[in-house]
Amino acid sequence: MTAASHKDFVLAEHASNPAIASLLAWKQEALVDAIWDRSELTFTIAPDDIRQAAKIVQTAGYNFLEDVTAVDWYPSEPRFQISYHIVSHAMKQRVRLRAFLPGDNPVIDSITPVWPSANFYEREVFDLFGVRFAGHPNLRRIMMPDEWEGHPLRKDYPVEGYR
Amino acid sequence: MTEFVSTGSLLEPHIVEGSGDTTMVLNMGPQHPSTHGVLRLVIEIDGETVLKVVPDIGYLHTGIEKTCEAKFYQQVVPMTDRIDYLSPMSNNLCYCLAVEKLLELEIPPKAQWMRVLLNELTRLNSHLIWLGTHALDIGALTMFLYTFREREEILRIFEHVSGQRMMGSYFRIGGLALEPPFDFFDRVQALIKILPEKIDEYENLLTGNPIWGGRLKGVGYLSAADGIALGVTGPPLRASGVDFDLRRDMPYSSYDKFQFKVPVSNDCDVWARYIVRIEEMRESVKICQQALDGMPEGPIKADAPKVVLPDREKMKTEMEALIYHFKIVTEGFAVPAGEVYQAIESPRGEMGYYVVSDGTAKPYRVHMRNPSFATLQALQTMCEGRLIADVVAVIGSIDIVLGEIDR
Repeated sequence: MTAASHKDFVLAEHASNPAIASLLAWKQEALVDAIWDRSELTFTIAPDDIRQAAKIVQTAGYNFLEDVTAVDWYPSEPRFQISYHIVSHAMKQRVRLRAFLPGDNPVIDSITPVWPSANFYEREVFDLFGVRFAGHPNLRRIMMPDEWEGHPLRKDYPVEGYR
Repeated sequence: MTEFVSTGSLLEPHIVEGSGDTTMVLNMGPQHPSTHGVLRLVIEIDGETVLKVVPDIGYLHTGIEKTCEAKFYQQVVPMTDRIDYLSPMSNNLCYCLAVEKLLELEIPPKAQWMRVLLNELTRLNSHLIWLGTHALDIGALTMFLYTFREREEILRIFEHVSGQRMMGSYFRIGGLALEPPFDFFDRVQALIKILPEKIDEYENLLTGNPIWGGRLKGVGYLSAADGIALGVTGPPLRASGVDFDLRRDMPYSSYDKFQFKVPVSNDCDVWARYIVRIEEMRESVKICQQALDGMPEGPIKADAPKVVLPDREKMKTEMEALIYHFKIVTEGFAVPAGEVYQAIESPRGEMGYYVVSDGTAKPYRVHMRNPSFATLQALQTMCEGRLIADVVAVIGSIDIVLGEIDR
C-alpha cells in the first residue's frame, strides 16, 4: 500500500476520531500523513502548523500532554522528527503528533502556549538535539552544563565523545 | 543561536518598586538532605515568603538514552533499572512492554501476573521510602525506622526472586528471567498478611498527629487544571481530583483482570497526596493478594525462540536451541521498524517509554517519559506565596527521584 493510500485508509477507518475530524475541518494540508500502526495513531503535521494543530487536538478532547521528544534521522533529510504524545483522560486514547525538520537550522514553534508542561521537554530537546523552539519562555540547557558544546543525542555525536 | 539562549545567572534578585527593599535569593541544594538526591533549587524569598522557585537539574545526567542506542535490545533492560532506583521493576516492565509491542509478542499469563505482583511490591517499596523520608523531612524521625523495617523484607523478596536487592533486572523481553523460587509465594503471602496492620500503625503515628496535620493541611495547593497544564501525573494529580489511573483506564499486563479502587481526593494539598498514597498502598496489598490467589500455571516465557533465550537444559541438549542462544547473545534479534509509546502507572505517576526501531538489533532511539521530570515543573505553582519551610513538605509530597529526572 502506498503512503498516500494508507493515509486515506486511516482517515476513513478512524473518521469518527474527534482529532481527525477537527484537524480536517481546520486545514486539510496541515495533516501531511496519518498512520495506524501497532494500535497507535500518528499524525504527521506540517512543522509551521504544529502549535495550531496542538491547540486543535487539545480542543478535540486530548487534554494531557505526556511527552515531547525528538528522533535524529541523520544522515537522511528531513533530519529531525519531533514527537508529541497526547492522551485524553476522558476517551482513554492516545495520539501522536510528529513534525519533520531540516538538518540545518531546525526551528519549530514552541507549544508552551498550549501546554505549559512542554517547557521542560522542549528545553531537553533543545539541549540534547539542538532543535530550537520559537516562542519558548526560557530556552536554556537543562541537562548539560550551560557552557557545553554540541548536542549529545545527535547521531553524529559519538557515544565516546568527539575524537 | 544566541537569541534563544540566556547564560546569565538563574535568577536575578527582584527589587520591589518603591519599597526600597530587596528580596533575597537563596540556594538550596544540590547537597541538601531534603531534596532527595541532587536537586538544586534557587529560591527567591521575601522574608519567609517564597516568591519564586527555579529548579536546576542535570547533576545526575548520565546519558542513558544515548547509551541505549549502542546496546542490543536485551542489553537495555539493566540500564532501565538505574533510572529510578526506587522502582526498578516498573522501568523494566515499561521497557519490556514497549519492545514486546514492537515485536507484537504474546506474553504467557503467568509471566503477566508475576509482573503485576512484582510491580505492586515495587509500588509498596517506593511508597514506604516516600513515607519514611517525607516524614523525616518534616521532623517525624520515627517513621523512617518503621517503614524501612517493612521495606527490608520487600528487598529480601526481590533478592530471593532476582538475586539482587534493588537492581533486579528480572523481567526479560518476552517474559521473565527465571521461574520464581519455590518458597517465593509463601514469603510474599507472609509479608502482605502483616502489611495492612503495619499501614494502620503508620497512620496511628501520623494521621491523627496535630503537628503532622498542621504541616501538611492546606500546603502546596495545586488545582486540577494546573496539574494537567503542568504535566503532573500519578498520586499528585489524583490528589487534585483527577480520577485517572493507567492501570485501570488503559490496562497493560493483564491489570484489567484485577479489582482495585483508585483513591482520589479533592483537597489538592500535601495532606491529600499523603492520604492518596496511603490508600494506594492498601490497594496494592489487595492486588498482591489477588495475584497470589489467582496465579496461573504455565510457562514464564513467550514461545518465540528467536527473541527469548532457551532454557539452560534445552540449550545443552538440543542443537537448535544452542544456535538460537548463540545468535541472540552475539548478534541480538532484529526488531521490525516502527515507533511505539508504552505508558504504565509507576509509583510516581505515568512512566512512558518511546522506542523507535529502524529494523536492526539495536534500538534507534529510546526515550523515557518520567513522572518526576514533569511534576517538578509544578513546584513553582505549589510553593509560590507560601513559607519557605513548606518547600520541603511540597518536595516530599511530589516524591521525586533525581535519577529519573536527569537520566
